[in-house]
Amino acid sequence: MKITLKVWRQKDSADKGRFETYTLNNVSEHMSFLEMFDVLNEELIQKKEVPVAFEHDCREGICGACSMVINGRPHGPMQGTTTCQLHMRHFNDGDTIVVEPFRARAFPVLRDLVVDRSAFDRIIQSGGFISVNTGQAQDANAIPVNRDAAEASFSAAACIGCGACVAACPNASAMLFVSAKTAHLNLLPQGQIEAKRRVQAMVKQMDGEGFGNCSNVTACEAECPKEISVKNIAKLNRDYAGSVMGSEVEV
Amino acid sequence: MKLDGKIPAGSLAEKWTKYRSTVSLVAPHNKMRLEVIVIGSGLAGASAAATLGELGYNVKCFTFHDSPRRAHSIAAQGGINAAKNYRNDGDSVYRLFYDTIKGGDYRAREANVHRLAEVSTSIIDQCVAQGVPFAREYGGLLDTRSFGGTQVQRTFYAKGQTGQQLLIGAYQALSRQISLGKVKMYNRHEMLDLVTIDGKARGIIARNLVSGKLERFGAHAVVLATGGYGNVFYLSTNAMNCNVTAAWRTVRRGALMANPCFTQIHPTCIPVSGDYQSKLTLMSESLRNDGRVWVPKKQEDAQAIREGRKKGNDIPEADRDYFLERKYPAFGNLVPRDVASRASKSMCDAGFGVAPTGLAVFMDFSAAIERYGRSRASSLGLANADKATIRALGEKVIDEKYDNLFAMYEKITGENAKKMPMKIYPAVHYTMGGLWVDYNLETNIPGLFATGECNFSDHGANRLGASALMQGLADGYFVLPYTIGTFLANEIKTPTIDTNAPEFAAVESETRARLLGFLSVNGKQSVESFHRRLGRIMWEYCGMARNAEGLAKARKMIQELYEEFKADVFVPGQLEEFNPELEKAMRVADFMELGELMIVDALNRNESCGGHFRTEYQTEEGEAQRNDEEYAYVAAWEYKGIGQEPVMHREDLVFDVVKPTSRSYK
Repeated sequence: MKITLKVWRQKDSADKGRFETYTLNNVSEHMSFLEMFDVLNEELIQKKEVPVAFEHDCREGICGACSMVINGRPHGPMQGTTTCQLHMRHFNDGDTIVVEPFRARAFPVLRDLVVDRSAFDRIIQSGGFISVNTGQAQDANAIPVNRDAAEASFSAAACIGCGACVAACPNASAMLFVSAKTAHLNLLPQGQIEAKRRVQAMVKQMDGEGFGNCSNVTACEAECPKEISVKNIAKLNRDYAGSVMGSEVEV
Repeated sequence: MKLDGKIPAGSLAEKWTKYRSTVSLVAPHNKMRLEVIVIGSGLAGASAAATLGELGYNVKCFTFHDSPRRAHSIAAQGGINAAKNYRNDGDSVYRLFYDTIKGGDYRAREANVHRLAEVSTSIIDQCVAQGVPFAREYGGLLDTRSFGGTQVQRTFYAKGQTGQQLLIGAYQALSRQISLGKVKMYNRHEMLDLVTIDGKARGIIARNLVSGKLERFGAHAVVLATGGYGNVFYLSTNAMNCNVTAAWRTVRRGALMANPCFTQIHPTCIPVSGDYQSKLTLMSESLRNDGRVWVPKKQEDAQAIREGRKKGNDIPEADRDYFLERKYPAFGNLVPRDVASRASKSMCDAGFGVAPTGLAVFMDFSAAIERYGRSRASSLGLANADKATIRALGEKVIDEKYDNLFAMYEKITGENAKKMPMKIYPAVHYTMGGLWVDYNLETNIPGLFATGECNFSDHGANRLGASALMQGLADGYFVLPYTIGTFLANEIKTPTIDTNAPEFAAVESETRARLLGFLSVNGKQSVESFHRRLGRIMWEYCGMARNAEGLAKARKMIQELYEEFKADVFVPGQLEEFNPELEKAMRVADFMELGELMIVDALNRNESCGGHFRTEYQTEEGEAQRNDEEYAYVAAWEYKGIGQEPVMHREDLVFDVVKPTSRSYK
């Protein structure tokens, strides 16, 4: 296949950035999108040019490192698929593909397609955990967990922290990410103790990082490679309301 | 050098308990003054950093990723072993210990493995308390399943994403310590060398991967939790950035590398499809609970499939060879990984392979789908359900159990493995070899510890499925936090390590010179192209089957390739900028040096055991032929520099409890 790529190039966060156009003549339909970028970079290196920087690691859709916006959609056109698992068989010979970094005020561009997502780490640090030290746990089967609750908790916990939800949202809101974590923990009996404090602390941190508000566009769910449900956002809103209005907890 | 494993005295079952009660302690007020560096934030690193922080130490944790949540532990699919015996199926600490020693083909230390089995149960408790959403039964209690090399169901799991959920648990515990100020996290920082002062590990030189600047960090002790070196083969199930550099630089500073030739080839991976391929994807071992591995009985059928004239479903039951069930009736499809991999390879070598390349066998779920379908139909009261209904119900059960795995397979291959058999082939997955450590997980460099896949200690010559997660978390949560006290208890008078010391300046300038060296070659070939070539040599001559002649040839090829690399590599850009090509250059150079050492080790070990299969040493049935008389030892290598012969130090393995026997799964 012949593919034309319009790729965002930006030297560092101070650089203004621009699109560059590259043409690849021998793209196999079995290649992944990132393997196509490997081929592009090999060609650039042969010409002694600077290769395109992009984030990637596991290449099996679980580490959450890869982060391209492909033709305007985070992780590209396929439902429930990360960029690394997107294969070229879903494109056509002669296509022009526009590739940009995830764009959000809270995700500054470091270089080309690489952005800084450390705001997500700081949100987790604000309360996305259960306070238990190593060695303090009782026997694992001492806490029975309703199977459906465990399933729902797992579905939320499947979030890979890639940031596609933020990139997809016109407000660059991180509500899907935050709610996935609060749902994961608040749905389990172990997570109940700190649930009220958790939602307040994480929402406060989210706001402080410069993420926008949720206005129920639900593009986040549509673009999420792990298909995390916006029902989690509804639960977060309920938990938050219950925390600030019906309790003494204050963060 | 005399290698002392520092194994505590006493009976096997009492060693760890006694050790814990008598090991030197560091008082809380002293912990507050001591600093520990942890390299890596995977299961072994994150759990160690979090636990050391909880204990009161001041921890600096480093990862080259943009976030500690991305380490490759996250990709582990199937599960984690623990001797809970919740199934009442006869499991026990001893049985887990025994299975692991036997699975490792009697090349691991008894005391380490027994300790691992002992703490396995606490890991599950800890993870549940952290909120890890393990699979549960309707009564709300934990579910388990089987893995290879065992006859009990001791593997706890969270669908096909167990590694992800355990890592997130450890990441959350780490995040809590970061928020409390006990751990300082350094993302996008790569350790490039170790600094020793008076022979003790006292700090590191790291490169800030965003600014490209070299930075110095000091601490009273350094813990490496940097994973394995499977990427020396280029194509492996490891993540693209997994590398040996941090560990290898400590080898260059005198740490010993133990059993580097012990690499694990995982039997069930998606086969290679083209030259551009950058990595291989694992299909979890858990699938062998329900997947039956087969090839056609007739070579002409295999050929027809390879040429696209027939499909797997066209081959009638009578013409299928379920070769694992045939060869190993006692364990069937759940034989250990090394055994399954070799069996698949030998079927393909004999002309029964089913992919266009000839390198694939089938893994078939139709029998399981039908079995589950009937059971589900019966529980729904559908006594006369038709075939299609039964299949649909069965597929639903398969989805519940392995959800993401089938989806992943379809994304990569474009085929639905519930409708037609999966195609699989062995691929490099894990490295049992690693830095030599004693019972305290301390290397031969005082103050330098190694945990998880980075060390060599628990899996012998072959790791059993669902044991890597167990070992990473055992080391980080329950072993290192105690054992590091043996070193730190004697350091309470040592002041904060001064990074202005001349030792730091010297290592920093060596590192800078090395990096500038790569940039100044200005040759014609990319780093990646060298890595691919190295990988092909390693796979061809030091992969699933090895022999003396091939190994000797490969050693020369690698030496030549390394010379070519130094003369003709092209690394674009500058040192002090974001430069992924420079990161790769350094890693590939270190892989070249390690690759040669692996070959030296493989040549030295004139026997077959576990993942190390020397074609000269096999039984009449083609099974590995161990030589306990001469090779029941750990080969710990001292690196002497490029062009020098490495020196081997032996640690003899003593088996007090388990008598090594021929390992049979028949």
